[in-house]
Amino acid sequence: MSNSLKDWVDITSGVNVLKCMRCGKCSAACPSYDEMEYHPHQFVYMVERGDIEPLMASQSLYKCLTCFACIERCPRDVQPAKVVEAVRLAAVRRQGCNHLIPDQIPEMLDDDLPQQAIVTAFRKYTK
Amino acid sequence: MQRIGVFVCHCGTNIAATVDVKAVAEALGYEAGVVISQDYQYMCSESGQNLIKDAIKEHSLTSVVVCSCSPRMHENTFRKAAAAAGLNPYLVEIANIREQCSWIHKDIASATEKAVILGRAAIAKVHLNAPLTAGESPVVKRALVIGGGIAGIQTALDIAEAGFDVDIVEKEPTIGGKMAQIDKTFPTLDCAACILTPKMVECAQNERIHIHSYSEITDVKGFVGNFTVTVKKKARFVDETKCTGCGLCMEKCPMKKVPNEFNMGLDNRTAVYIPFAQAVPKVAAIDPNYCLMLKNGKCGVCSKVCSVGAIDYKQTDKYIEEKYGAIVVATGFNPIKIDKYEEFAYSQSPDVVTSLELERLMNAAGPNGGTLLRPSDKKHPHTIVFVQCVGSRCDDGKGKPYCSKICCMYTAKHAMLIREKYPDTEVYVFYIDVRTPGKNFDEFYRRAVEQYGVHYIKGMVGKVTPVSDGSLDVQASDLLANEQLHIKADMVVLAAAIEPDKSARPLATMLTTQMDTNDFFTEAHPKLRPVESATAGIFLSGACQGPKDIPETVAQASAAAAKAIGLLCRNSITCNPCIAHSDELMCNGCSSCEKVCPYGAITYIDKEFRMPDRTTRIRRVASVNPAVCQGCGACTVACPSGAMDLNGFSNSQIMAEVDAICK
Amino acid sequence: MQVNEDKEFQPLIVAFCCNWCSYAGADLSGTNRLNYPANVKIIRVPCSCRVNPMFILRAFQRGADGVILCGCHPGDCHYTSGNYFTRRRMTLLFSMLDFLGIERDRTRVEWVSAAEGAKFAATMNEFTEAVKKLGPNLRLEDLRCRKQ
Repeated sequence: MSNSLKDWVDITSGVNVLKCMRCGKCSAACPSYDEMEYHPHQFVYMVERGDIEPLMASQSLYKCLTCFACIERCPRDVQPAKVVEAVRLAAVRRQGCNHLIPDQIPEMLDDDLPQQAIVTAFRKYTK
Repeated sequence: MQRIGVFVCHCGTNIAATVDVKAVAEALGYEAGVVISQDYQYMCSESGQNLIKDAIKEHSLTSVVVCSCSPRMHENTFRKAAAAAGLNPYLVEIANIREQCSWIHKDIASATEKAVILGRAAIAKVHLNAPLTAGESPVVKRALVIGGGIAGIQTALDIAEAGFDVDIVEKEPTIGGKMAQIDKTFPTLDCAACILTPKMVECAQNERIHIHSYSEITDVKGFVGNFTVTVKKKARFVDETKCTGCGLCMEKCPMKKVPNEFNMGLDNRTAVYIPFAQAVPKVAAIDPNYCLMLKNGKCGVCSKVCSVGAIDYKQTDKYIEEKYGAIVVATGFNPIKIDKYEEFAYSQSPDVVTSLELERLMNAAGPNGGTLLRPSDKKHPHTIVFVQCVGSRCDDGKGKPYCSKICCMYTAKHAMLIREKYPDTEVYVFYIDVRTPGKNFDEFYRRAVEQYGVHYIKGMVGKVTPVSDGSLDVQASDLLANEQLHIKADMVVLAAAIEPDKSARPLATMLTTQMDTNDFFTEAHPKLRPVESATAGIFLSGACQGPKDIPETVAQASAAAAKAIGLLCRNSITCNPCIAHSDELMCNGCSSCEKVCPYGAITYIDKEFRMPDRTTRIRRVASVNPAVCQGCGACTVACPSGAMDLNGFSNSQIMAEVDAICK
Repeated sequence: MQVNEDKEFQPLIVAFCCNWCSYAGADLSGTNRLNYPANVKIIRVPCSCRVNPMFILRAFQRGADGVILCGCHPGDCHYTSGNYFTRRRMTLLFSMLDFLGIERDRTRVEWVSAAEGAKFAATMNEFTEAVKKLGPNLRLEDLRCRKQ
């Protein structure tokens, strides 16, 4: 099961995690690093090891702003944000695994952090 | 009529165990043209060879077929034996009945049958063999070294020492290259100038070495042993023979705001300049982009102050043509431009510098006279962050995919030197991997950590932000502590990747040598021929072939010199006779063969032919240079009219083999 | 080609091997005593790019049941670029084979380095089996060349 989950993440993200040379520049560039339990470089490494369940259970999935700073800076073109997104999708799609119910969202919003949707829109429309 | 001798070898039991050699010898004896067919225990032995020699004389054989082991093993042995008996060595063919028959088959009947067929194929081929003689071409006893860095200097000195004339062509006004800009060398920390400048002077004083500084190669013709090269001596507006290098013109030149490329643009020079104090040749040059006299005809101060009258504003580019036997490429490297890496704020803050800029900042002959000061406010920096692999090992389209090899060591050197001179300065090095293979290299790096207290942090810098108080905020990850760090730094030093000099690619085209996708010259064999290019007579020296530090560069430079000397020592070169040749009557001058030749061995000539009606006509036909052709045969297949053929592997010979096998 | 009623069909296979990689690879499979069928007869050429497509057609015309062309791996050619020419020429030839009346599977290009003795033997075993399944090559064979 865990193997096929890894395959699913690999295919969905379209990322070859084996390209990572473990420089950590993704985590060095990450603006929400301090909010995250697992950091971008750990996402890549743990997906490479097939260790995806802890990632799916973690709130880090929702802390990623999808600002794509990690994708922009990665010297190996690994695209960690896509890995995070794929793991997030895996969590959303598995029954009972999605720990975020739409009604809960308003109270969870952190005023200090920009909302994911806003960052995403900002990134998309300013390019 | 051919008189063919067939000799079947038992090879002890290696062949005889699975192939009935007597039956093979008998069957081949019935083939057309075969006058003698013998078997013997060990054909390659002294007595076996004598058997062949005697048979050649006794039966006046015109060609020989040996059924034995692989031609890769003993073809030369039997060719030599035939030559000793007065037969042209290229009239010997080998049928491989050991590696490709007896050793792979178990069934005696099928192995014997196959051996006979292989023997027949060899006989069919040898029927069409022609005696070949290896041609010779003379060697010009002069070498050309392209590039006057440490690689070129070492190569030139070694070749000159062997007694041959060498020309160094250097595009800058002085030789010395990158090493002249370096302060100290690792792992011994001796001063680069102290070991380089004596070699530069040696070059200048050696009567066999001729330095063409401020010059470029514009054309290369010819082939191994006989290259004709055109060198463009760019106008330097100073008569090289008159200038004494006194430097008075530099003092008086009013145009003092020219970025000094020798100091990486960190200070200024004058429009008339000598790049640095120990330059060789110590001759001034005028930069036409800045000289007021050359730009708008108003100034002329330098010509007035020059006591020997060396200034010549009317000088033009000169072209000289020279013949060379060997060419050594030593075009070297440059750090890449790192403007594309915006996150390091290189273009925003003057305190973010590359390693080569730091090298100049720390150099006693540099802009600060050897005191390390921040470029922005000329203050002493207290925290310095080094970033490794900037542009190296990158797959992002902005950098280079390879490891630049030297950065780990020079960063350790910089860190160590700074800690030694300024113990109050904290030094952080962000690394991905520390790569220190080399004699005393890892010990050197460990010394930086253990003895000098340099903070090595596994991780990468993600962003450098200039802060209003003049410092730099370095945001980085510490992977082992699983933390994101913010360091308030005074200076950031980027270990920029290195790339081959831009002049290398056009040069490779002129030389018809290969390059890889990163524009490094490709060696003939990555392990066994590391200093030769695949093109005969062209050798590679230094970082033009791949990233290298100084000891490796010097080692390769001397190796390239040894190879070049080996070539120059010979009066003539024996050519491989198995080369392509064109049937001029069939050639239609279409140029197909010229395009596929990897060596540029084919040229087109206009030749006069007598036509059947007794008129003469000039036709364009292909001509193969026997000294350059390596005999791959690509042209023979490309030729639409079948005019191209390959000696030793002609169309008819291969067809005959096919026919014999399919009979 | 030999067809006997009581015997299995034994195809005749011509292999063109470049001197620097594949011929050495074939030698290596001999040195390592790796068996492959005696149906395979090797012709040595300096480079795979020396093989004119006409040689392959000639072999078929004269009764070969399969022709295999072996060269250095792309990028490893002794003559730096010869096998790239081979690859393009053979792609072109193979695209025409059906038109000429030869099954496409009777020819093949394989890259075998001097170190790949095992690969050479495996390739030859596999190719011989494949040609055996196709049966005798009758379609292009010039009947005038046929043994009575």
